[in-house]
Order: sequence, then structure tokens, then C-alpha cells
Amino acid sequence: MSVLPYVVAVWICLVGLYGIVTSRHLLHTIICVSVVQSSTYVLLLAVGYRQGGVAPVFVDIPHTTPAVDPVVQALTLTDVVVGGAVTALLLAIAVQIEKHLHTLDPDELDPLRD
Amino acid sequence: MIAVQLAALLVVAVGAWATVMARDPVRQAIVVSLYGLALGLLFFAFQAPDVALSNIVIGAVALPTMLMLAIAKTKR
Amino acid sequence: MDEQPPRRPGELSFAARRRLFLVGAAGLGALLLWGLFGLPDYRDVVPLYGQVINHSAVEERSSTAVVSAVNFDYRGFDTLGEEFILFAAVLVLALLLRRLSEERRDRHEWKARHEHTTSAAVRLTCAALVGPTVLLAVYITAHGHLTPGGGFQGGVIAATALLLVYLGSDYPTMQRLRPLPLVETAKAAGALAFVLLGLAGLIFAGAFLENFLPLGTPGDLVAAGTIPLLSVAVGLEVAGGFVLLLSEFLDQLLVIRRKQEADS
Repeated sequence: MSVLPYVVAVWICLVGLYGIVTSRHLLHTIICVSVVQSSTYVLLLAVGYRQGGVAPVFVDIPHTTPAVDPVVQALTLTDVVVGGAVTALLLAIAVQIEKHLHTLDPDELDPLRD
Repeated sequence: MIAVQLAALLVVAVGAWATVMARDPVRQAIVVSLYGLALGLLFFAFQAPDVALSNIVIGAVALPTMLMLAIAKTKR
Repeated sequence: MDEQPPRRPGELSFAARRRLFLVGAAGLGALLLWGLFGLPDYRDVVPLYGQVINHSAVEERSSTAVVSAVNFDYRGFDTLGEEFILFAAVLVLALLLRRLSEERRDRHEWKARHEHTTSAAVRLTCAALVGPTVLLAVYITAHGHLTPGGGFQGGVIAATALLLVYLGSDYPTMQRLRPLPLVETAKAAGALAFVLLGLAGLIFAGAFLENFLPLGTPGDLVAAGTIPLLSVAVGLEVAGGFVLLLSEFLDQLLVIRRKQEADS
């Protein structure tokens, strides 16, 4: 119970890797990459959490109230936005692959063939 | 609080499995949007409103939109 | 899986590949769990850096949302790097999805693809939601130093407003609302403003990205020195970047066609 977030983070990472390995469609692979990225968000937030801690926003509570870690949240927050943009870049690469090679099956895409 | 976190963690674990198991990209677009929402609720349960806001906007709105556009462009 | 392409010599079948992966994943999973179980209970300890920042951020920086203070002040240099990753990703995407020499821009092509008319309910809802969405984006960006939010979230919400315009009307209407030179200028201006504010910190206060403006009292809208300004700069850049992303995909889908074919 005290290690459930870690177990879930490892589970999400392995499930995403399974999706990448057994994928038959390049767009499906790209989304599985984004799932693997999300496992790191869960791990980071679990590391920064404290039992009974509040969100690190001190508008109406005294700033000495025990709160969760803000540094980890700052890392995860920029990570989410930039990860979304990089996933869009991967989707654009897939669109161009389909235009030139007319297939999105990873098994048929071999960089060394013809 | 602890029960909410437990439930959110389990929903996220099931959501990740469902996202990977949805092989058809169109179906996966919907499932990944729900997964983004589930992750957002998990982040709320872990007292991280900034991250939850960020994830809901990107993972549940922007990412499925771009995936749908890519699918539409690559369908023959 | 039903049929697979003919296997090249040395390549694994699908079932063999899956079995090999499961063996590897079991090993990787065991190693990861063994490492992570060595961490303290996730409910007990907060890393020391975070505790120090929590205690001192409100007095030192007059900012009540500590995560934004970390993003734009304490770790502003990391945010500069992340912002430029986004800039570079959008740049490469615009390069990849440009009109190639064997394609042409067909401005009337979207009419041929326009098979269904959008229902009146969707059009009305989208038209009604555009205004509040833009307002929400501006609010979240401007109040980044007070409540959860900041430039990153506000910028993406602003890009979502443009998506609502496209969903509620048609392509030419959306095109009129996002003059591309303006969007690109806004994106570049946001990135430039961040660097200029950092250099101003270097000139006026001795360190790059140092908070050199008057701090004010915590809780005011104009407070926390350079943090709201940096938040607006990042918001501009992220909004411009995501509008460009969406526009490139929509252009590819609706406007760009091969030169020889009449339909695709």
C-alpha cells in the first residue's frame, strides 16, 4: 500500500513498452510512447507527496502549512506541455512516412530495404 | 484522501492498459483522451493542481486532436 | 495477428517477439521495483529543496503560487531550455509539413472534403464557448503567480480556443482569425521577451533571470517582480506554438494536394 504509486508507475511503463513492441500501426506506437512518458509523471508526483500535505498554493493559508513538493510539480508541468509538442512532431514524421512509403506498418518499414 | 488516491491509481493503471490494447488508432484517440482525464484526476488527488490542469489540456484535448488529424491524413 | 509480411532471414515471428519481450519486461520490472522499494514511504518525506522553497517563497518572492515561482524564478533557466525545446519542435514540424515540390495548395479543396455540415447545436456551442475560453486563458496566464496556472497552461488553452473556432465554423473562417505572420511573430516575440528579461536581470541585478523588478505584497495582481511578465512571455510563445501545430496539421489535411491527382 505504501508502495502502490511506484508499482503503478512501473506497470504503466511496462505496459507502454509492450504496446511499442507489439504494435502494428505507427500512430498506435506513438501514443504508446506518450503512455510511457506518463509513467514518469506518476513517479515524480509520488516522490514529492506528503501525507496530509496541501497543494503548494498559499493564498489563504499561512505559508508554514506543510505542503507537497513544488519543485517536482514544476518539472512535471513543463514536461507535460513539451512532451505534447514532441508527440505532435512524431505524428508529423508519421504523416510524411505514409506519404512517401504508403504504409504505416512498422514491420514493413525497413530503413535498409531498397 | 487515501481512498481517493488508491482509486485514482487503479483507474490510471487500467486506463494505461486500455490505451495500449486499443489497436485501431481512431478508437485509441478516444481512449487516450479518457486516460488523460484519469491522469488529471490522479494529479488532483496528489495535491498538484498545476500539473492536473496542464495534463487535462494537453492529454485530453490537444493530443487526441492531433492524432485524429494525423489519422485523417493517412487514411487511404 | 492475422497475416504478416514475409519474414526476412533472422527476423522473429510475432509470437516469438512477444515472448522475448515478456521475458525482458519481467527482468526490467523486477529491477525497477527493487530499486523503487528502496525509497522511503511516499507519504512521509518531502525532498529538502522543496521544503526550503515552500517556507521562503512567499516572503522572498511575494508569490503565493510556489510552483510558478519555481518555474519562472528559482528554476527559470530550466524553463528557458524547455521553452526552446518547444520552439524547436514546432520549427521542425513546420519544416516537415511544408508544401513539397510535388504538391500544391488548393484553396478550394476543403469544399470537396466537406461531406457533412456541422449541426447547429455544435456550431452554437462552439461559438458560445470561444469567448469564455479566451478569457480563461488570459486569466490563468495573468494569475500565474497567485493561483495554480501560469503561461504554459494559459497558452495551450488559448490555442484550444482557435480549435473551437474551427469546429464551430469552417476552414476559411478559422484562416481569417489566425493570420500566420502574426502568429509566428507572437511566438518568436514570446521567446525573445523571455531572453530579454533574463538579460535585463543580468544588467540590473547581476545575475541572468534575476528578479529585479519591485516585488510588492503577496496576493496583489501586480506583484512578484518579473514572474508575471515571464509567465505572459511563455504564454505567448506556447499559444503561438500550438496554434501553429494545429494549423500545419489542418493545412496538410485540407489544403495540400499532389499536383497530378485530382482527388486523393
